[in-house]
Amino acid sequence: MKDFRVTPIRNGTVIDHIECGQALKVLRIIKVTGDVRSTVSVLMHVPSKKEGWKDVVKVEDRELDPREVDKISLIAPKATINIIRDFNVAEKYSVTMPDVVKGIIKCGNHNCITNKNEPVEPEFIVESKLPVVLRCKYCDRNQEDFAERLA
Amino acid sequence: MTSMTFKGMDIVSIRDLTIDQIEQVLDLSEKMIPYATGEKITKALDGKILANLFFEPSTRTRLSFESAMSRAGGKCIEITLPQTSSTVKGETLADTIRMVEAYSDAIVLRHPHEGASRLAAHFSKKPVINAGDGAGQHPTQTLLDLFTIKQQLGGISGKNVVLVGDLKYGRTVHSLAEALAMFGAELTFVAPPLLQMPNETAKLLENEGVKARLCSNLEDVIADADVLYVTRIQKERFPDLSEYEKVAGCYRIDNILLREAKKSLVIMHPLPRVDEIAPEVDMTENAKYFQQAFNGVPVRMALLTMILGGELR
Repeated sequence: MKDFRVTPIRNGTVIDHIECGQALKVLRIIKVTGDVRSTVSVLMHVPSKKEGWKDVVKVEDRELDPREVDKISLIAPKATINIIRDFNVAEKYSVTMPDVVKGIIKCGNHNCITNKNEPVEPEFIVESKLPVVLRCKYCDRNQEDFAERLA
Repeated sequence: MTSMTFKGMDIVSIRDLTIDQIEQVLDLSEKMIPYATGEKITKALDGKILANLFFEPSTRTRLSFESAMSRAGGKCIEITLPQTSSTVKGETLADTIRMVEAYSDAIVLRHPHEGASRLAAHFSKKPVINAGDGAGQHPTQTLLDLFTIKQQLGGISGKNVVLVGDLKYGRTVHSLAEALAMFGAELTFVAPPLLQMPNETAKLLENEGVKARLCSNLEDVIADADVLYVTRIQKERFPDLSEYEKVAGCYRIDNILLREAKKSLVIMHPLPRVDEIAPEVDMTENAKYFQQAFNGVPVRMALLTMILGGELR
C-alpha cells in the first residue's frame, strides 16, 4: 500500500480487489456521484499480488449496506470489503455472490412481464459466477449489460 | 391411468419436464388418439373446469385445448377477447389469475409478455399451462411436435431435424430445439443471420452436448433432412418493420426443392403459414402439418388428464 500515495482512513470502507476497470461502476453503486462530504480515493490499475492488477475504492465515513455489497459482488466477484474503525480493520470479508439475485435490478427485456407493473420483484438465477451470467426467472433471458443497470 | 408425479404441476417451460415425464405424456397421447377422434368416449376429466385465458390471438392452440377438454369429459371457461375482461380496467395479470383460479381446476394462458406464465404460476395454486408467452416458450406445442416426429419416424434420437425460418422470434422453435437436444436429435438451423437462433438457446443446447449446424441456405441441407420444421416469419414480433421486409419470403418450400429431399422426409409447420410452404406440397406424402395440428388434441388430452389427476376409463 505504501506505493499508492493514499493516506490510511480513520473510519470508513476499503473495497479492495475490484476487477480492473470496474471502480467507477462501484462508485455509482455506492452512490458516490460527485456531491461528497468525506474523502473518496479511487485507485485504478494498481499492482495486485493475487490477480496482477486491480482497482481499489476507499470511502471515508461510510459503511456499506448488504444490498450494496450484493450489487458489488455482481461486477467485482473477487472484491473484499474492509471496514475501518479508528484506523484499524474492524471487519474484513470477501463478497459472496448470491445464487438468486432478487429486486436489485430490472430485467433488460422490455417485454418481460416483470417490467409491466405486476406486483413482483425481478428475480434472476445466477447461472455462472465467472463470468457472471444472470437469467431472468420469469422470461428466461440472459441479462446483457446488467452492470449499467446496477447503479 | 394416473401419474401422481404430474398432478398439480405447472407446465411453463419444456425444461419443467424430465425426459421420462415427456415420454409418459407421449405414451398416454398415443392411447388418447381414439378418444381424440371421437371413436371412443371417456369421462377422464368429468367435473373438471379448464380456464382458457388468451390475451393474444390463437386458433389451433385455443381450439385444441377446448376440444381436448371436451373430449376428455371436462368443461372450459374462457377469456378470448381481453377487451371484454377486467384487463382493460387496468387489472394486473396477478389479480386476474387469483380470481380465475377460484373458478377453475387449471389455467391455460397465452399472453404477449415473456414470463407471464411463470408469474401466473407464482400466484396460482392451481396448475398453469403456458400456451405461449410473447417470444418465449410454448411447451405444449413442443410436446405435440415431439409426438408427431415419434409417430412419423418411430423415434427421435439420431434424426436430423432441420428448423427453418424465424428462429429468433419463433417461440415454438426455442422449446422444440431444447427438447430435441434432450432426446439426442441432430439439429440444423436454417435462417438469415438476422433471424438465427438466440445465444441463450444455442448455449443451452451446448450444455446438452449438441452442436447445431447453422446455415442460411436450405438447398445445402435438404438432402440430409429427416424432418423439415418450417416456421412463419412473424411480422408481429419485429420491433422494426424495415427489418421484417428484408427477410419476408426468404424461404419457400415447393415441389422443386423437395426433389432433392429423402422420400421419407416429414414436413412440419406449427401453422398458420403464409407463403413459406406452397399449396402443392399439401398433396405430397411428406406434408404432415395438418396431422401435427390434429395431434394437439390427444397430446393436450394426455397432459390435462395427468395434471388434473384424471383416469382414462
